[in-house]
Amino acid sequence: MGAEEPGLHAPCALAPQGKVGENVTMSINQLVFGPPAPLPMTSPPLRAVDTLTGPERMRLQDISVFYDGVAAVKQASLSIHKGEVLALIGPSGCGKTTLLRTLNRLTELTPNASHSGTITLDGDDIHELEDTKLRARVSMVFQQPNPFPMSIFDNVAFALREQSRRRPRRRELEPLVKQALQRAGLYEEVANNLDRPALRLSGGQQQRLCIARAIANNPEILLMDEPCSALDPRSTAVIEDLILQLRSDLAVVIVTHNLQQARRIADRVAFMYLGDLVELADARELFESPREERTREYIAGAFG
Amino acid sequence: MAAGEPQPAALPLAPQRRGGRRSSVRSWRRGDQLIYALAWIAGLGLCVVASAIVIFLAVKGLQYLDPKLLVTRPSAAVNQANSGGFLDPLIGTLTTAALGTLIATPLAVITAVWVVEYGRPRWLAGIVETSIEMIAGTPDIVIAIFGLAFFQLGIFAPFSFRASGGGVYGRSFLAAGIMMSLIALPLTYTATRNGLRAIPRHRREASYALGKTRIATIRRVLLPSLRPDIATGATLGLGRIIGSTAIVVLLLGATLQNIPQNGAPLIGFLRGTGSTLPSYIFFNSPAGEGNAPQKAYAAAFVLLIIVLGLNWAVGRISRIGASASLSTGRMS
Repeated sequence: MGAEEPGLHAPCALAPQGKVGENVTMSINQLVFGPPAPLPMTSPPLRAVDTLTGPERMRLQDISVFYDGVAAVKQASLSIHKGEVLALIGPSGCGKTTLLRTLNRLTELTPNASHSGTITLDGDDIHELEDTKLRARVSMVFQQPNPFPMSIFDNVAFALREQSRRRPRRRELEPLVKQALQRAGLYEEVANNLDRPALRLSGGQQQRLCIARAIANNPEILLMDEPCSALDPRSTAVIEDLILQLRSDLAVVIVTHNLQQARRIADRVAFMYLGDLVELADARELFESPREERTREYIAGAFG
Repeated sequence: MAAGEPQPAALPLAPQRRGGRRSSVRSWRRGDQLIYALAWIAGLGLCVVASAIVIFLAVKGLQYLDPKLLVTRPSAAVNQANSGGFLDPLIGTLTTAALGTLIATPLAVITAVWVVEYGRPRWLAGIVETSIEMIAGTPDIVIAIFGLAFFQLGIFAPFSFRASGGGVYGRSFLAAGIMMSLIALPLTYTATRNGLRAIPRHRREASYALGKTRIATIRRVLLPSLRPDIATGATLGLGRIIGSTAIVVLLLGATLQNIPQNGAPLIGFLRGTGSTLPSYIFFNSPAGEGNAPQKAYAAAFVLLIIVLGLNWAVGRISRIGASASLSTGRMS
């Protein structure tokens, strides 16, 4: 499976706004009454937003990741572009989270992990970069909302405070914190008191705070490890909207178990199975006419 | 508002109940009944014992406690009217408690941080862990006698003073405080270590994923949420320090009065010998030389008040710390 250059998929831009509601009903019906006879050819992607795919940011070349010598990811190669949402899907244990965590070298923190192959960020080997510098450029949002036990302001400011001798003053940080919270769509809700403890926010707000924290430093790539799986449907919808807005500035790589979510937000989808990157294609193509048998089975099984 | 929906103002229509009928104890298995009964008896029994101690000491203590005792220095006299109060032991107790806790707490916290967050090489972390367990299991009289041998070494003369013969005396507030920190250290260490281990991994990773170093993560993310654990450990340690008698007798000299050495005022005091409330209580108990049980009761009551007060204060501080960051930072 080689790296594929994403094409523009104009059809999704043509989906009329009025249809969106119908489509939601339709997919719920599918869930309740089982899969429709043919694979969901008839339902166009739910998203009515154009793709924004820009220049390549990150490239993975034959990346394998091992735990105690056993491969969890086998020779995956792909590229990540500015302005796209790349979804990694696949059954539990297929290596998608491991692959994601390799992109900002979090797998290194597991003592028995090792890797082969190369990953470049804007042409530089990420293993040659300092880990802290890399992670400032490739930041991450986790499955569990995990704000730090400090104020809302400090949570975002924590990301902004460089590892410098001198602590920047609050006055210098304030506009940046505000901007990050605005981009994460949280500012309006918390503007009246940024000094509130972050753990007092609701789950969905906490996750948006984590997103604000992750984008505060203007990273080039945002990794998301099932960011909505601990949230209710309403918060999930808010965060999905947010992801679609954020991708204009950066590349988003998202691991999700929720195929509907991948359909809603992804520009490209990578299907992984037992450590193999089985298929990587434009979202519409992968869901509607998968080339690989395993992809087809997984999508059909998960829909049924 | 639709008809049939209750109006908000008229909410308590039905009487509120807290629960429903439960299974009767008689229908339980014998073993379950026994454990249930024992749980009640043990819990209530401990309450009775604890309140008996407090009430006994309060009655005896208040009976003999003359405020003058708190501010008069003790002196050796056969006539109890002239033997003074326990100002010096009171100061001694507070000094050793402060000294021991101030040494033990930072040491315990950074050791726990190293073991949990770094802990490499693993065998070294294992040795550190075992050493602390060993210190925890060592009776304080053994720590005391080791400390005496230790602080009588020539190089430790600055910690106490040289006796007239030229030998190092080895007994002082500094020597006692340092050895007392050893008996508090394992408690603070264990509490901090357990607190660190209870912080989920993804919280650390959230910080690493923002490009933060391990040490920045420890200082800004982990330690603030450990405040209640550290406070609990420090309180337990404080209790052991205040109650320790063996170390006072061997390493503080257990002189009735605090006798400062020459030098700067505070340094001289710390290099000198003295006593604490436990050693004063022992001295004045029927088993000791003073044999003035009334004063022993009064001192015991004061000691109890100090311990309870410190427990309350530390709990309070850690609650304030915890509510500042809300929760221990371990939710989810």
